[in-house]
Amino acid sequence: MKNWPLWEIFIRSKQGLHHKHVGSLHAADEKMAIENARDVYTRRNEGISIWVVESKYIHASSPDESDSLFDPANDKVYRHPTFYNLPDELEHI
Amino acid sequence: MVDITSLEKKFQERIDSEIKIEPKDWMPDAYRKTLIRQISQHAHSEIVGMLPEGNWITRAPSLRRKVALLAKIQDEAGHGLYLYSACETLGVEREDLIDQLHSGKAKYSSIFNYPSTTWADIGAIGWLVDGAAIMNQVMLCRTSYGPYSRAMVRICKEESFHQRQGYEILLTLSRGSEEQKAMLQDAVNRWWWPSLMMFGPNDKDSTHSAQSMKWKIKRKSNDELRQQFVDITVGQAKVLGITLPDPDLKWNEERGHYDFGEIDWEEFWNVVKGNGPCNRERMAARKKAAAEGQWVKDAAIAYAEKQRKRKTETSRVA
Repeated sequence: MKNWPLWEIFIRSKQGLHHKHVGSLHAADEKMAIENARDVYTRRNEGISIWVVESKYIHASSPDESDSLFDPANDKVYRHPTFYNLPDELEHI
Repeated sequence: MVDITSLEKKFQERIDSEIKIEPKDWMPDAYRKTLIRQISQHAHSEIVGMLPEGNWITRAPSLRRKVALLAKIQDEAGHGLYLYSACETLGVEREDLIDQLHSGKAKYSSIFNYPSTTWADIGAIGWLVDGAAIMNQVMLCRTSYGPYSRAMVRICKEESFHQRQGYEILLTLSRGSEEQKAMLQDAVNRWWWPSLMMFGPNDKDSTHSAQSMKWKIKRKSNDELRQQFVDITVGQAKVLGITLPDPDLKWNEERGHYDFGEIDWEEFWNVVKGNGPCNRERMAARKKAAAEGQWVKDAAIAYAEKQRKRKTETSRVA
């Protein structure tokens, strides 16, 4: 018989914050995945909202290519406020 | 062609500069294998560890003790699941790990092959067994593999309740009747040495230790952790008014640590090899649960598939 698929679990710890990845678990369907996630990852009020995504639908960048992937941001210091030279007496800017 | 030696060198440099290794990063095969062995063994221990405690749920002396014990055992199940989840990021299937446990290929902590014969054992397990596990797990929060380290942080946050509930059980017995005091002392007599064995063989006899320390999977040696455990436990024993069953246990001013007697390594290896008091019983219970629960797993999958089919059919009609 087939095994229960793997699901990745994301929890919003409180209103106003992002859902954050906390781990994975196995479940037959999305409803069971949410119920199991409640029992496994929020036994002490760690969450107010749960997302579940079947692991096979997550696509990730490759660490081997991370140099070239993130390279475009490396030489753009002008994207940071400290790049701009302004006089010290200037306030509220 | 990729040069393995240079990859390995780069890998070790990352470890040395305390950069965590994540699932998709390149890692030596032996590092992956060591982690799979260690994390799955750790997960199995959490799951098998539910059995000696489960023995006392229906006989807990009060409702307060019962809900606490239930919550603790549920935590152990949760800890097993965090660890299986971490292990699966290394490219193994959960079912294969569980098959390895049931076939005897994978080990679990030998401590759970000892019986829990009295209520005081539940206290002693919480105090000594969880106490020893915490020593090891606090160290593992800084392990080099990201998912393992994160699972450990969650586990450590939950473990301290386990140890405190165990100690409270013992403290209550220590203030009870002569019979209760004797039961407390008896439980400590039986659990003390197996708890010291939980840290594994002496450093000089530990086959995997040196490489695991170099890879920073382990951050402290077996003997270091064992010493740390003895040092903090002696004071806690005094509060209970009990004697730890070791005539050689005494403070060594020069070392700044307690000296303690030699562990019975013959007993240790005998239990590891499957000849402890409860090895067969524990595995039989695990296999029975898996076999008798299989139809539930099958039915849940069949139901999920039927629901999915029905959904696509109705959307087609509409």
